[in-house]
Amino acid sequence: MTRNKTLWLAVGGVLLVVLLAVLPLLAIEIPGVLPGPTYTPGTLQLIAYAMLIAALALSYRMMFGLAGLLSFGHALFFAAGAYGLGMTLDAFGPAEWPSELIFLGSIVVTLAAGFVLAATVGALALRVTGISFAMVTLAFAQAGSVLIRRNPGGATGGDEGLALDIEHVPGALVGVLNTRNLYWVALGVLVFVYLVVLWVEQSRAGHVAAATRENELRVRVLGLRPYNVKLLIFIVASVLAAVAGMGYLLLQSGAAPRVATADFTLTLLVIVVLGGVGYRWGAIVGGIVYTLLDQRLTALAGSEFIAGLPAVLRVPLSEPLFILGTLFILVVLFLPGGIAGIPQRIRSGRASHPAESEEVADA
Amino acid sequence: MSTIVLLLITGLGLGALYFLVASGLSLIYGLMGVLNFAHGSFLTISAFLGWEVGRRVSDGTWWGLAISAIVGIAVGAIVAALTEYLLIRRLYERHIEQALVTVGLSLATVALFEGIWGTDPIYTARPEWLTQTTEILGAKIPNDRFLLIACAVIVLGGIVLFLKRTRYGLIIRAGVENRQMVTALGIDVRRSFTLVFAIGGAAAGLGGVLASVYYGYVSAHLGSVLLIFAFIVTVIGGLGSLTGAAVASVLVAVLQQFANYYLGGTGDLVVVVALAAVLLIRPRGLMGKIA
Repeated sequence: MTRNKTLWLAVGGVLLVVLLAVLPLLAIEIPGVLPGPTYTPGTLQLIAYAMLIAALALSYRMMFGLAGLLSFGHALFFAAGAYGLGMTLDAFGPAEWPSELIFLGSIVVTLAAGFVLAATVGALALRVTGISFAMVTLAFAQAGSVLIRRNPGGATGGDEGLALDIEHVPGALVGVLNTRNLYWVALGVLVFVYLVVLWVEQSRAGHVAAATRENELRVRVLGLRPYNVKLLIFIVASVLAAVAGMGYLLLQSGAAPRVATADFTLTLLVIVVLGGVGYRWGAIVGGIVYTLLDQRLTALAGSEFIAGLPAVLRVPLSEPLFILGTLFILVVLFLPGGIAGIPQRIRSGRASHPAESEEVADA
Repeated sequence: MSTIVLLLITGLGLGALYFLVASGLSLIYGLMGVLNFAHGSFLTISAFLGWEVGRRVSDGTWWGLAISAIVGIAVGAIVAALTEYLLIRRLYERHIEQALVTVGLSLATVALFEGIWGTDPIYTARPEWLTQTTEILGAKIPNDRFLLIACAVIVLGGIVLFLKRTRYGLIIRAGVENRQMVTALGIDVRRSFTLVFAIGGAAAGLGGVLASVYYGYVSAHLGSVLLIFAFIVTVIGGLGSLTGAAVASVLVAVLQQFANYYLGGTGDLVVVVALAAVLLIRPRGLMGKIA
């Protein structure tokens, strides 16, 4: 029974990925949700961006949902991936090397740098728990954000953001015409992140992390060391965030300092909670719903319908973040399982989400 | 010498501002375990409404500023109390959710302020005296720093008196110490939750009006900038400790000023490093209770 169910889920997942993969070849229009038919670069760009945010949210959920680590610094690693790749592409490698080698080399260097950063920050921050942990990660992220804005040696571009130096980037990943390829890269990143997260969650380390979230003392009594496991989860999640960040740099042909701010991490938190902390696919649903909502609400804000409303309605409705923030409050208050928890709530008819115990809430 | 005096007093002024925000944060966290991300929004709305009323009554005079301050305090207290009553109370004892609600509130309100007052800072008029400087030991100190310091000292004194001398203060102090025990003694701690939010909101409201004096403008992001430093101050001082918040405000602000001057504008980074160092050496903060 369970094996059958797992098999069906796997088949369904593969079918979904295949469907997403052939999307650029189809002309599906969903008015009001997508800006145009699915083969147009604008729509592909939007979906690709949504998928990268979903991948990032997935990595964040692994920390927050699985290990119960409430970090306010996840944006730091996303930014490290984006800015790291951008800066190494700018500076790395002798000119006589082939471009492909420099491109791959830059990716490896960025990943290594992301790993070292994650290990350092994680090792320090995990010495404290709870709110203090959140604050230390916030402090590191804030330091990163300040550094990026301060633009040391002209490396990060400051408030202007960093433009992607396309000299060493393969031609297939550059330009509006190749958005399709970037879309596939984004899909690849999402699938990759999902598989790694799945693997970690099903591993022994994942089980220990979940147990630590529920009752750290008991895990210690059993003779296990929660610190090592938490550090492992922290590093894996951070490196995955860096991978998503590299995809972001390629997709947007640049990086904006916004992605390093604490607000960006808060957005991730909103996404994960909106989608449902208890479910892996909740983060994906949350990421995609949030990005599409954000984009469409911005489009709505500029529409004539809104402009014709009286000021009392016009001002709040023309601010996408106001609507998203309100929506988020409502979800936290009335829908504790998030979007992904809705089917379960309907099935069980319970007011609260069964998978979310008090310990999770207090973690 | 004069530079050091200048940096010290300017740091004290900035520290006063941090304290006005951090005092509320610290009390709220200490009593209820809620990390209030909406605290910056209390400050911003107070700054905006205080400015709107103040400039209509009498722009750029002491009288106008006083009206602004009173409006700011009232608005901060009311908004904070309403937040507690309508949003936080529903999620009693679920700390993460409570923090999440305040996150949502801060995102939504900042967007709303941007919608109403625009994204650009609005420059405010100040009383003549506040724009001048006074010479102390050869250092030219901007006068608004004195106002900030005086207000923060009054607020600190007021809150301490309230906590030490009144029955509600006693309940709050006992609640910070051990909430279960207070509840077990038949006292409704939840009523003091609203009160603590109102006090914190009032302090933040005053902070908002004073921040508009200090920076010379009001903007939708006034609160968010101060909030991050207030968080850092609260954690360094020890969550739940008012004295800790006061000491840490001054330390952080002075450190920031000195680093900005002597270490080439690295004030923000130095503060962050200080936070990391304090948390690693002494995780409960300077004066926090043992967790």
